[in-house]
Amino acid sequence: MTTPRAQVRQAPIPRILLPLAVLAFAFLALPLLGLLLTAPWGQMTSLLTSPTALEALRLSIATSLAAAAITVLLGVPLAWVLARRDFPGRTLVRGLVLIPLVLPPVVGGVTLLTAFGRRGLVGQYLYDWFGIQLPFSTAGVIMAEAFVALPFLVITVEGALRSLDGIYEDAARTLGARPTRILLRVTAPLIAPSLIAGTVLAWARALGEFGATLTFAGNFPGVTQTLPLAVYSALEVSRDEAIALSVILLAVSFTVLVALRGRLLGGRG
Amino acid sequence: MVLVPVAAMMVVSGCSAGTDEQVVTIAAASSLTDAFTELGAQFEADDPRVTLRFTFAGSSTLAEQVMAGAPIDVLATASPQTMGIAVQAGDVDQPVVFATNALAIAVPIGNPAGITGLADLAEPDVTVVVCAAQVPCGAAARAALARSGVALTPASLEPDVRAVLAKVVADEADAGLVYRSDIVTAGDTVEGITIPDDENASTEYLIATTSRGGDAAERFVDLVLSPAGQAVLADSGFGAP
Repeated sequence: MTTPRAQVRQAPIPRILLPLAVLAFAFLALPLLGLLLTAPWGQMTSLLTSPTALEALRLSIATSLAAAAITVLLGVPLAWVLARRDFPGRTLVRGLVLIPLVLPPVVGGVTLLTAFGRRGLVGQYLYDWFGIQLPFSTAGVIMAEAFVALPFLVITVEGALRSLDGIYEDAARTLGARPTRILLRVTAPLIAPSLIAGTVLAWARALGEFGATLTFAGNFPGVTQTLPLAVYSALEVSRDEAIALSVILLAVSFTVLVALRGRLLGGRG
Repeated sequence: MVLVPVAAMMVVSGCSAGTDEQVVTIAAASSLTDAFTELGAQFEADDPRVTLRFTFAGSSTLAEQVMAGAPIDVLATASPQTMGIAVQAGDVDQPVVFATNALAIAVPIGNPAGITGLADLAEPDVTVVVCAAQVPCGAAARAALARSGVALTPASLEPDVRAVLAKVVADEADAGLVYRSDIVTAGDTVEGITIPDDENASTEYLIATTSRGGDAAERFVDLVLSPAGQAVLADSGFGAP
């Protein structure tokens, strides 16, 4: 936590900004307020303990954690290369890495199908040689979530690595430490706050994933129906259940983001 | 001053009252995508002052949207139940049956899993996708499977029939339960396997103008019910009402 309240300057603000700021806040807050006011609080327990809801919750937690683990495993090395290595086409590579941030998730799902579907670039070999079909499987859900979440981790960690003062690593090197040891004992602790922030952001994005999951992995309770898909399916059957599930998603996201506030604003350390 | 952005949003969202041009928004079951798009082109050719906007989705989604006050002038659903949701809410008048449909099995070109009928779908290594139960094609699929005594664990419950078809076209699924009309309009991108009538389930399509639908909306409904409209629907594989 590096941004204590005292550091926020109480500067006089131009008069026009305040109403617009209030409007912006209302625009974001009112839908959430609407959700909370419509929520069937009395039946919350029974709605959230229905088999569909519990299954979706369990699946969502398991897949989003797995996706977050994958983003850390693959995203940190990628961030390191992007931050520390100069190679031809680096700008292009970085652009490609960030694409899932702006791509509509449904399109992301379609691109995943063209690569990992049963007839996809890679997927056809997985299917023909090993009988592995990623669509309609829980593994497919994790892939879709990791696909959309990875850029969040990469940009956060890459930013931290770039803004890192190299003197500690240089010192370690002159003292004879090997690169791997420097990475684990010097660099990793220095970027730890950003790594945590990036991981949690990636996890939250994975938890909320909908479009790519539906398109790539389909929708079946217990296998591929995560919380957002359960909300979508429930919306047409039981509005109360859909709202109850939405409240859960909202509560989780809000808790995570508030807990992270300092990290997001304060950058590293 | 605070109201400026709000006013800007309203302009963007298209409140074009006072112009000659009329925009009619038609919400239709996704199985009607091809037939209604063609009818829409006919309608606009006959009356260039009217612009039709289509939104195609699962009938239950559309009924929900009408109930929630979405700016929809004509609603066409693939079942009386989904239309009933909008009727109950008092948002549509006098729905009329304008077509029927029954299920068929869509398989990828070459029929890799060798499907010949509903019974084959229960084989453990066959990947089958169907519609979710709340959309009419899902309700029909349930009924047909119950009638034929086939216990099926689908790989996915899709939000509308075109999503099922897309999974089969992409060859991700070995089979999907869709409407006969979907097989017709899909052309040579999938193969269709007929389900005998005694194992099949049919559904009725209803159309109605909503409480905000005007004269042009009525005329679109008239076109759908006219011999010309019925001919387009028949060409697309729909049954007569």
